[in-house]
Amino acid sequence: MSKQTYLQAIQSALREELQRDERVFIMGQDVQSNLFGTTPGFVKEFGAERIRNTPIAEAGMAGVAAGAAMVGMRPVVDFSIAPFLYPAFDQIVSTVAKSRYLYGGQAAVPVVFRSTMFYGRAASSAAQHSDRPYSLYMHVPGLKVIVPSSAHDVKGLLKAAIRDDDPVLSFEDASLWTTASDVPDNDYLIPLGKADVKRPGTDVTVVAIGATVPMALAAGRQLAAEGICVEVVDPRTLAPLDRETILDSVRKTGRLVAVDVAWRTCSAASEIAATVASEAFRNLRGPIQIVTTPDTHIPFSPVLEADLYPNKDKIIAAIRRALA
Amino acid sequence: MNAPLSKDQLAEMYRRMQRIRLFEDAAVDLHKRGEIPGALHTAQGQEAEITGACMALRTDDYMVGNHRSHGHTIGKGARMRGLMAELLAKGTGVCKGKGGSMHLADFSVGSLGETSIVGSGLPTAAGAALGAKLQGSDRVSLCFFGDGASNEGTFHEALNMAAIWKLPVIFLCENNGYGQTTPAAQVVAVNDIADRAAGYAMPGVVVDGQDVLKVHAVVLEAVCRARAGEGPSLLEAKTYRYLDHAANMGRNLGYRSSDEIERWRRRDPIVLFARALRAEHGFTGGDIESIDAQVAREVEDAVAFARSSPPPALNEAFTDVLAGTRSS
Repeated sequence: MSKQTYLQAIQSALREELQRDERVFIMGQDVQSNLFGTTPGFVKEFGAERIRNTPIAEAGMAGVAAGAAMVGMRPVVDFSIAPFLYPAFDQIVSTVAKSRYLYGGQAAVPVVFRSTMFYGRAASSAAQHSDRPYSLYMHVPGLKVIVPSSAHDVKGLLKAAIRDDDPVLSFEDASLWTTASDVPDNDYLIPLGKADVKRPGTDVTVVAIGATVPMALAAGRQLAAEGICVEVVDPRTLAPLDRETILDSVRKTGRLVAVDVAWRTCSAASEIAATVASEAFRNLRGPIQIVTTPDTHIPFSPVLEADLYPNKDKIIAAIRRALA
Repeated sequence: MNAPLSKDQLAEMYRRMQRIRLFEDAAVDLHKRGEIPGALHTAQGQEAEITGACMALRTDDYMVGNHRSHGHTIGKGARMRGLMAELLAKGTGVCKGKGGSMHLADFSVGSLGETSIVGSGLPTAAGAALGAKLQGSDRVSLCFFGDGASNEGTFHEALNMAAIWKLPVIFLCENNGYGQTTPAAQVVAVNDIADRAAGYAMPGVVVDGQDVLKVHAVVLEAVCRARAGEGPSLLEAKTYRYLDHAANMGRNLGYRSSDEIERWRRRDPIVLFARALRAEHGFTGGDIESIDAQVAREVEDAVAFARSSPPPALNEAFTDVLAGTRSS
């Protein structure tokens, strides 16, 4: 066990899988120069063929990766900032997600598309650079979506994603880059599609995603002093979503707060809320609370941006409403 | 130089062209009768460029196509039973009845899938070539696309990436003169799409798409270049589709004159090739007729197989979404 930051854990996951499997290679903009800090020294260790700089051509990157995957490779594509996936949207939806189905199971597209969500105080990136767009991809059958919330999880989930036979999109939150946690030294995988109860509790279930998980845990610690036992469930994988773990938790606590940094409409939080409302309605002892970013664009001004996202205080307020 | 084609190879070339023609004759008929659901995009008139290109490839080379998809898979060597069953949406179809006419695929002969989003297959083909290169194999990849697709951004992205990485890929533009009903001349800025190759520092070659041997020679040269590690090529076959963009879509819209259609039909690629086989390659009229008869029987057999096949099991709607959802 050693302390690693989220960014170091991404490096370890990539390095270990490149060492383990010759079919794995990395392609993306500026991966050779290690611009984003996830590929330090990789060109020297693995060569420029496997650590491949691409043109700024996202649709091409996605489609080329899909083609290579169909003939037996395991590409890991670094799209850098999450909204840069949009130019590749058709390739992701029409080719990457659908080829296995469309061709009656003849095709496998084992790609991993990594991207970073870069928003908030440290970024001030304005409307086109600040997106948290994972729910768009949850909507499409055939894609798996992970949103890792800690160094420990990002390593285990990414390694599992690279070994998975389906396409996986990994949405990594830049606000977590410098957070550290204990990471096992051995080769470990976190199965895709399995939620993690990050904090056990009895009074209210908070389902939190990505960077909102540490906020929910902090809220739980603060409310414990008042005798409120908060259970925090981290889905880790949004598609396929581990509905059972979420439902089991709500059946126990009778209350749900769903937290998500994405926009409210058609968010992961709204899907989680809909699942609980339809499958565990009789177990609910109060109205479901949803804490998301409101349905507006992200403004450039830090003054305007600061209050838009979920935070610990908003989660605490939502928990109190759920308990009221 | 490449060795001249053997008589067997020439016969196979003619056979595949005739398979495409008769397969589509049958498909048009079945579509009219309501036995084939959905859209039906035929390639009749384009058999020479399809077959000439495919026969310059090995069976283990990769091929990616488009929505006008029947000819490519037949040209690449797929058996017609599974293809026809797919058109009839049967469980015995190559895609288990989930892909249909626009999305045929037969991975066993290197056909990685036809795609119905215009231009979307170009990066896939470049990616298959990248995979082959990284694996150290000498396989090449060929992508069929139309004049319309050459205006898509994916065309530019795929050709540029293939060029900078010297990928073993052949981009073959089937320029049939029209994107649906819009003349290529109205929406393509260059006279020859092959001229666009200059922007990617790769060879660009125009070829008569109605002459199967000319297409074969040009594609074979590009294949040799790709296998030798010298990178991609952009080829443009000038060709024509006899029928409308898709069955029942023309509705006498008047975008092509009957004179124009007749002019192209006078250079029918199958008639031209049959004539050349007799005049220059020692084939008799009997040789040609016996291939025609054999292909007609194959198509009848494929139709009978498709008709007698069961529809997909209902649970197939939910299989092959993810790796863990295979059919039982």
